Amino acid sequence: MNTETQNNRLSYLLYLADTSLILGQRLCEWCGKGPVLEQDIALSNIALDLLGESSNYYQYAVEIQNEGKTEDDLAFLRNERDFKNLLLVEKENGHFGDTIARQFFFDVYHHLLLSELKYHSDLKLASIAEKSLKEVTYHLKWSSEWMIRLGDGTEESHSRIQKSVNDLVDFTDEMFIPTNWELELIEQKIIPDIRAFRTKWETKVLEILSEATLTIDFEKSRKLTGGKDGKHTEKMGYILAEMQIMQRTYPNMEW
Amino acid sequence: MLIESGETRCKNDQNEESPEGATQLLAFVIKMTITENDIWQILKEVPDPEVPVLNLLDLGIIRDVRFNDDEIEVVVTPTYSGCPATSMINMSIKLKLIEKGFNNIKITNQLSPVWTTDWMTEEGKQKLKAYGIAPPVYSKNSDELFSKTDEVECPLCNSKHTHLVSQFGSTACKALYQCDDCKEPFDYFKCH
Repeated sequence: MNTETQNNRLSYLLYLADTSLILGQRLCEWCGKGPVLEQDIALSNIALDLLGESSNYYQYAVEIQNEGKTEDDLAFLRNERDFKNLLLVEKENGHFGDTIARQFFFDVYHHLLLSELKYHSDLKLASIAEKSLKEVTYHLKWSSEWMIRLGDGTEESHSRIQKSVNDLVDFTDEMFIPTNWELELIEQKIIPDIRAFRTKWETKVLEILSEATLTIDFEKSRKLTGGKDGKHTEKMGYILAEMQIMQRTYPNMEW
Repeated sequence: MLIESGETRCKNDQNEESPEGATQLLAFVIKMTITENDIWQILKEVPDPEVPVLNLLDLGIIRDVRFNDDEIEVVVTPTYSGCPATSMINMSIKLKLIEKGFNNIKITNQLSPVWTTDWMTEEGKQKLKAYGIAPPVYSKNSDELFSKTDEVECPLCNSKHTHLVSQFGSTACKALYQCDDCKEPFDYFKCH
């Protein structure tokens, strides 16, 4: 494997890790502020699963890098431009419906992706995917059920979640638009072709939205991208500031 | 080195009594005769930090014990990706083995094959129930949305009239149920 491919492979691991980490961090913001106790706990549990998943990818990444770094160095000491997460996961929590819509769009994709990665020839990556897939199956079930409860709920819940869906559609394309380093890996058949996931994703999303009496207009999407190349929304700075402040202020601190 | 009347005495190069030498030699002798099975038995003494009635063997997370020269390698499979008890468990294993006189210990985390509640022993499931946590049962339609979930028996009154309150409970491995008969809420160890 040449250097460029090696680097791209590392980028892919970071993309997977960063996306789960940032989404996990967002969900942690709900801790203690959920609408009801059981859902507060659900959000924290999902965050925990995502943090565990990202931790597994980071540990693998530092092994490949072989520079004596730890997973904490990757999570807490990198700057915005080095993070490769999807823009979708940076979006603010907003109200419960905004969080559910964001989670649902991501869960459908996450489930599809891990179902493919579990058969990857890189056995380490495959085992991380297989492990997380069990947990993500619960996440998808949870967010799908909530889309339906809120969509096919009261007039107010319906109009609120419909707005959440409309506001987030711009951020759903990035999951299926490969960036340069992804294209190289796809050509080399090192990662699955994410463009092929689009149809399955749309089918599943429309199925749940229809039961939720919600609509979505994919044509209206501005197809925003950039996250995978380190070009994030303004919110990313605030997320990292909160997440990294302790490690940066007290270097090498440990619990 | 003298072993007389139950006492182990050792002399060093200066022909002086050396208690450290005696301990080391004794440890060496013990190690030479220890088997992998002995280590498995020792691991039975390590409790799960969250549910202390269970030991690590009940959970089915110890996958292998190997001797590599004078190193003891314990292969552990984590339960849930984010389980915070994993690092505590690894530390407990190390401390227990050190307590038993071993000092060259390696803990290997093995993700694959992926842990499943199928690996939990029957004894473990009984202990869970006695502790007040409903043990995992097989479900047929777990992928269906809003599905009627598994028939979970109340660990307190044994009624089968229970309902799921939330798939996410107090820890990553548990869901929250409530009994319709005795009205008590209880934890359910999720099928994984």
